[in-house]
Amino acid sequence: MAVLVIADRDGDAVRDTTHKTVTAALKLSGDVDILVIGQGSKAAADAAAKIAGVRKVLLAESAGLGHQLAEAVAATVVDLAAGYDAILSPATTDGKNFMPRIAAKLDVAPISDIMEVVSADTFVRPIYAGNALETIQSGDAKKIITVRPTSFDAAAEGGSAPVETTAGADGGKAAFVSEEMVKSDRPELGAAKIVVSGGRALGSAEEFLAVMDPLADRLGAAVGASRAAVDAGYAPNDYQVGQTGKVVAPALYIAIGISGAIQHLAGMKDSKIIVAINKDADAPIFQVADYGIVGDYKTVVPELMTALG
Amino acid sequence: MKVLVPVKRVIDYNVKARVKADQSGVDLANVKMSMNPFDEIAVEEAVRMKEGKEHHAAGTATEIVVVSIGVTQAQETIRTALAMGADRGLLIQSDTDLEPLAVAKLLKAVVEEEKPDMVLLGKQSIDGDNNAVGQMLAALLDWPQATFAGKIVIADGKATVTREVDGGLQTLAASLPAVVSVDLRLNTPRYASLPNIMKAKKKEIAVKAVADYGVDTAPRLKVLKVTAPAQRSAGIKVADAAELVSKLKTAGVL
Repeated sequence: MAVLVIADRDGDAVRDTTHKTVTAALKLSGDVDILVIGQGSKAAADAAAKIAGVRKVLLAESAGLGHQLAEAVAATVVDLAAGYDAILSPATTDGKNFMPRIAAKLDVAPISDIMEVVSADTFVRPIYAGNALETIQSGDAKKIITVRPTSFDAAAEGGSAPVETTAGADGGKAAFVSEEMVKSDRPELGAAKIVVSGGRALGSAEEFLAVMDPLADRLGAAVGASRAAVDAGYAPNDYQVGQTGKVVAPALYIAIGISGAIQHLAGMKDSKIIVAINKDADAPIFQVADYGIVGDYKTVVPELMTALG
Repeated sequence: MKVLVPVKRVIDYNVKARVKADQSGVDLANVKMSMNPFDEIAVEEAVRMKEGKEHHAAGTATEIVVVSIGVTQAQETIRTALAMGADRGLLIQSDTDLEPLAVAKLLKAVVEEEKPDMVLLGKQSIDGDNNAVGQMLAALLDWPQATFAGKIVIADGKATVTREVDGGLQTLAASLPAVVSVDLRLNTPRYASLPNIMKAKKKEIAVKAVADYGVDTAPRLKVLKVTAPAQRSAGIKVADAAELVSKLKTAGVL
């Protein structure tokens, strides 16, 4: 049984979501290959080859693959599918976009966002925004799976797998027009060890920036936000942590002025340590927090900055 | 442009799902059901395309057909979409909850009958959370797909869609016909007015059975059990920031 992992490429590197997906893949089989897709991706393929436990890395390049467009990616992967019993991708927006397309082309029922590999055909995945977990067994000969990265440890570096090139499909009826990526020196929200998140209590976009940024910089943390803060326009949409935003599970999650709606908790309750700072002692966030401070963020956050030195 | 909007009847998003004691699924008895919120956004966008609201030219959409696959009561969900401004409905009756692949195959059959220029639907349903039907339908039809739409502009036989992706926004131009799945920030759906609710009662809803389409809808996945996630227990309140920092250092996260 061989497994193909589709890498989550980041320029000349691969994101650690790839390493985490490899960990899930290695629970299915010892024969794990990685597919790196894109244009000018040789360096990223070399980076993927260093992930421990990988048999080989396949590199597929074409102009159409540069932006991970679903049609070209699906055509490329479908051509390789005969050699694999399972194909895995991290459940990023790219993975969520192209994996079901691949599954339909192969007449397979895709399995989305797995949190646990029970056996080669049985998996645990969240439903109802994480309020329930279903254990499902696939009857398909081939498995098409997206993996929730925060549920798996990252595979180590230290491998030296060979890199082979493979045909990359091109074209499609949807063309790339432009992209607008948020530039930041901070770690990515999904991969950060520490996340500081702000809620609607911060009251304005200016205040959000003034409170959250210095704290995030001091801690080397990524900044997140509740949906209420995003809806109110205090923070951009890609800061959103929760059912409708990103699911994070950092070592430390600090929620500031966040009440803790179900939909927010669904996105952060797997964090190792949760800290809540809120002036309402009855806020639901305290029911999941390891450490809580009941107080106004306006006094607690400056004290925290001082205590951090 | 004719727009087909698939909608799903799901547990209301304000209701917390509770797992059944026998682990066979989520308890939906006597639970408030509503239109999947992402589908509601899709209906709203289609209606705006018809009305010429926001940046859409009037008549961008000429006819809006709403389809739902589900139990008889899903007619209420279709009726809600009709009250928002859709033109007519189709219910494909199914007493079992079909998997995304089966739903995509049925929708493909509907597309072949209805011949829409666009299928506009929610990016995922908030029960199964699969995020798969739109992409699978596009694959089966060999149409382009644009998922997670935060903005849609229709012009010159193309849908130019700005997608909400990890790290920012990506814009694609998909030639029509296309499948577009919508994300939360595309619009804020309207509440249907009383006159429109009354008017919707006269709009047509055709009812068919899954068997009418001759499509293989046999399940591929077997649900072995449904359980509640592990609950976190509340920790301790600390007096001040200094105590917090000391606790976090002891825990090894600072």
